[in-house]
Amino acid sequence: MAVEDCEPKGQVKLLGTSQSPFVVRVRIALALKGIHYEYIEENLQNKSPLMLQSNPVHKKIPVLLHNGKPVCESMIIVQYIEETWSSKAPNLVPKDPYDRAIARFWVAFVDDKVGPCIRGIFMGRGDEQQKAVEELVANFLWLEEALRTSGKAYFGGDEIGLVDIALGSRSQWIKILEKVTNIVLIEPEKMPLLRAWMERFLEADGVKQVLPDEAKMLEFASAIRARFAAAPAGN
Amino acid sequence: MEGCGEDGQVKLLGVAHSPFAVRVRIALALKGIHYEFIEEDIYNNKSELLLQSNPVHKKVPVLIHNGKPICESMIIVQYIEEAWGSKAPFLMPKDPYDRAIARFWAAFVDDKFTPSVWGVLMGEGEEQVKAVEESVANLLLLEEVLSGKAYFGGDEIGLVDIALGGVLIGVQMIQKVTHTVLIDTQKMPLLSAWAHKFCKANGMKEVLPDPAKLFELLSERRAKLTSPPAGN
Repeated sequence: MAVEDCEPKGQVKLLGTSQSPFVVRVRIALALKGIHYEYIEENLQNKSPLMLQSNPVHKKIPVLLHNGKPVCESMIIVQYIEETWSSKAPNLVPKDPYDRAIARFWVAFVDDKVGPCIRGIFMGRGDEQQKAVEELVANFLWLEEALRTSGKAYFGGDEIGLVDIALGSRSQWIKILEKVTNIVLIEPEKMPLLRAWMERFLEADGVKQVLPDEAKMLEFASAIRARFAAAPAGN
Repeated sequence: MEGCGEDGQVKLLGVAHSPFAVRVRIALALKGIHYEFIEEDIYNNKSELLLQSNPVHKKVPVLIHNGKPICESMIIVQYIEEAWGSKAPFLMPKDPYDRAIARFWAAFVDDKFTPSVWGVLMGEGEEQVKAVEESVANLLLLEEVLSGKAYFGGDEIGLVDIALGGVLIGVQMIQKVTHTVLIDTQKMPLLSAWAHKFCKANGMKEVLPDPAKLFELLSERRAKLTSPPAGN
């Protein structure tokens, strides 16, 4: 439902698609900060003039429009939201420069390492898929270690932060991937903290309200996978 | 030169001619921060310190500030800006929107521009032609962003200047190695002027890689490509 609203800090619109984990990241940040916005669902087969004008370089979503000015790239948008509404709790980015650098490191890790593995498992078959699974498990073990070191409920500490948003937005996809491929990616015995974190994150206030419907996601995921499984196998 | 004193102890592990280390050295030079540079032999013999400091990726550069490691070049640059936040020049704008735009273009340099230029070095035939077209298209976008400003950061060097500046000599040498023109002075007058100004800025000469050495290294890299038989 599109609700046009004027925040004290101006008018906020979000262009997105309902399945995208990148859009979910922005919606989580907006929800946590209690920012009202108009959500505009985009059809990627028929991109709107607004979308093409707002992100002419990549022509991708999400795009946040704040008082008409576009901000692109999900984690850049999340940092923008934090900096623009910095006096609104919770703080999504740590105060200390070193802690920030660590948070940014893990965000980059999620996008550069975890993301491609998820894609590899989803689209791949046989050996290729197996390799992606092994890599993803190794990546998750690093994240398990990071949680163990922090000793807190979230990567961000006692509250959800940048890394939680970056990784958490993919959680639904990870769960769906496990269902669709019948492979356990986050084994509770090997990664108890990560498993617990994921469940906690998906139930958190601000998150559960903006997650796409799981049944729809499963349908969407199964359809894509079927399309790839039907394609002739190649090396 | 060991860095100590009011800045704390600062070490940088890296490979001197690598664009990623260069970016960090540019930021440190601009802020006037003293540090110890430790050249790593990343192909044959990574140091214990590197493996301990970046166990996840085992890559350089790594900045170690008072014993605490920071990895990934643009993350290090932002750290330098924030940890020495009161030291001019400021590498990031103050306004959140301008910061978002700076981060966008820094990400563009890393995610789009650098791979396209690497594609020129490592590509052959049609693949290389495509990489050249892509690189030129990316540069034209950057030309537009620069419009009317001395630097991407405005009057002074900022985040995007550092991101692009780090790879600049590499781009120039790749042009030489592959006999291609990427930064076209006629199509990209602003970028060409920027490149010239950037290299001459205070402190840059000491940290930018030696073009001759880089030319040699990149030539060797290209020479290692085994050419497939002619035809598709």
